[in-house]
Amino acid sequence: MLEWLPNISDFRGELRAATAEQDPAQRLERLARLAQHRLSFLETIQLDRALGSAMATPAPGFASIRLAILASSTVDHLLPGIRIAGLRRRLLIDIHTGNYGQYRQELLDPTSSLHRFKPNVVLFAVAARGTIAALQLGASPEEAEKAVTQSVEDLRALWRKARDTLKAGVIQQTYLNTADPVFGNYDRVVPAAPTRLVARLNDRLAEAATEESVLLLDIARASERDGITAWFDPARWLQAKMEIAPEVAPLYGDLLGRILAAQRGLSKKCLVLDLDNTLWGGVIGDDGIEGIVLGEGSAVGEAHLALQRYAKQLTQRGIILAICSKNDPAIAEAAFKDHPEMFLKRADIAAFVANWNDKAENLKLIAERLNIGIDSLVFVDDNPAERARIRQSLPVVSVPEMPADIAHYVRCLAAAGYFEAISFTAEDRERAGQYAANLEREALLGSAESMDDFLKSLEMTVAYGPFTPVDLARVTQLINKTNQFNPTTRRYTAEDVAGFVQQSSNITLQFRLLDRFGDNGLVSTMILRPDRARPDILEIDSWVMSCRVFGRELENEAMNIAVETARKRGVKAFRADYIPTAKNSLNKDLYPNLGFTPMNEEMPVAGATRWLLNLADYAGRQTQIQRKGV
Amino acid sequence: MTDQEILDLFTATLRDLLMDDAIVLTMATRREDVPGWDSFNYINFIVAVETKLGVKFKVADIEAFENVGAIAAQTKVLLGGSS
Repeated sequence: MLEWLPNISDFRGELRAATAEQDPAQRLERLARLAQHRLSFLETIQLDRALGSAMATPAPGFASIRLAILASSTVDHLLPGIRIAGLRRRLLIDIHTGNYGQYRQELLDPTSSLHRFKPNVVLFAVAARGTIAALQLGASPEEAEKAVTQSVEDLRALWRKARDTLKAGVIQQTYLNTADPVFGNYDRVVPAAPTRLVARLNDRLAEAATEESVLLLDIARASERDGITAWFDPARWLQAKMEIAPEVAPLYGDLLGRILAAQRGLSKKCLVLDLDNTLWGGVIGDDGIEGIVLGEGSAVGEAHLALQRYAKQLTQRGIILAICSKNDPAIAEAAFKDHPEMFLKRADIAAFVANWNDKAENLKLIAERLNIGIDSLVFVDDNPAERARIRQSLPVVSVPEMPADIAHYVRCLAAAGYFEAISFTAEDRERAGQYAANLEREALLGSAESMDDFLKSLEMTVAYGPFTPVDLARVTQLINKTNQFNPTTRRYTAEDVAGFVQQSSNITLQFRLLDRFGDNGLVSTMILRPDRARPDILEIDSWVMSCRVFGRELENEAMNIAVETARKRGVKAFRADYIPTAKNSLNKDLYPNLGFTPMNEEMPVAGATRWLLNLADYAGRQTQIQRKGV
Repeated sequence: MTDQEILDLFTATLRDLLMDDAIVLTMATRREDVPGWDSFNYINFIVAVETKLGVKFKVADIEAFENVGAIAAQTKVLLGGSS
């Protein structure tokens, strides 16, 4: 399990050295690096114990999460795996578990320890046993369906309760199919056969979760990969009411860690692929375009093709593809154009880097060219030396340990879960095309006389308006994924966002940028809220912009629009904070550049600044963007 | 494995699990003799030993083990009695 993580030779020694580190921040960094390795069940517990003492002090570059687990079975053995999976993603997870089976009471009682804990995330981890026990094997299809409906509706009510009273995001674990067949192969057609009931419950659970914007921790699917005998051990169930076997705890934690990270915009965004012996078999520089192994007719050729197909599927859900290869660029590009079996086309690749330079430098170049953080990259290379080099020099890049056999590449990459999604929006579907259009824009920029000429020739239009229910998923996604243009880096759930819209004294604005190459989609959002003491002052609570449209003067046009919208409401001024993070230095001078003046207030966060703009003083910014209200 | 090798493996495992290098196990050691070796960490210990040695204890045995010596004896049986 966790086979994509590299092994560690001297775990005990490294752990000892890390815990001996005097400086708490350094200690946490070293523990976080240990968490990047493939650890056993016992090593995970050890690292978790070491983390326990290091977690007390707040650490720069780490985010905190308060997770409550509402479970109908023992989960104590799962907690180290969850915390270490968090540490792997620079998340420090504080966990509350009630007495198992008591979650209903805890949820309903506003004075319970659950409520006092104030979780940001609630995970429901319940078993299907109750539903199964309530039915006779001979129950009719209607009775079986009724029981399933009842279970799901019961859960739905609990989700709502958790959301409304705890103001927490909700994650629901799918039901592990631990039941044994009663009829054998015939189980699947008997409505009340336990194995069939669990499958049905999971189907209905997924429907309800979609309706309620609840995320699923799909251990049912994960257990299909590893087998139910790996996930459920009757001995542990009998001894300690552990529904999930302790041996899979590190994987379970990782599955949950992915969702928690995805909610905070920490999922990876770009897959960087090597060429020789990764995207095709052989070395194109030596073997020539006709000598590489790719395509139908050979198992190896088909395996490389399968990786290309998988990469293409990832682009269709909005993951960006890049190439990083030690090759002659002309020869490498020629393969994309001229090899008849190439499934990936040159237009699928948003950044293509082939040269003889160090790959670490090339990865930095790719991140820069795509305007994404270097920690958004996943680097796939068959060469262990290149992998080790990147892990050493760029530890924030994810570098999966690839299997020796190319046949297993896709499975390994998929299992690693780097690109965990929490939504699938229209923007995701169109992103690949937008990056292809970006290549054309760059070509245009190369030929333009000046920046102004270039912007003019783009023929840009901004469509804008308040948030609408249709945009809610994309607005939430943008708020949670955006790190660079995000002066306050506040993260909000879909419910939070809907709440802002309902408050009529707030102003919400969403911006969609179109140009001659196409629709860039919904690329910027702004949330303005009245100051409690001075309702004629609006605070820019959140303002985010996708990196895809940097350098297009959209921030100027967005501010023009925000000021005009606010003036119509009689607003006198905007107040805005810049709260620095490791990633948003781009916004350091955003507000002074827009004409805001410093308020010189004492700020709770070091380096944070507060700015004021009297709307009467604001002179509209000149831009090359036309407007279209929506 | 010899008795001593098994004992060494048990000791190392329990030291790692409880993060306590002062632990010294003998065949006569009982769970209550070791601070922190509660029922939860007993299961953890069993799982860790099972994983390391590729064996699986019966639930009846896990419930019946009186001391480290009993676990060691059953471990030898599961390993095929070779020493």
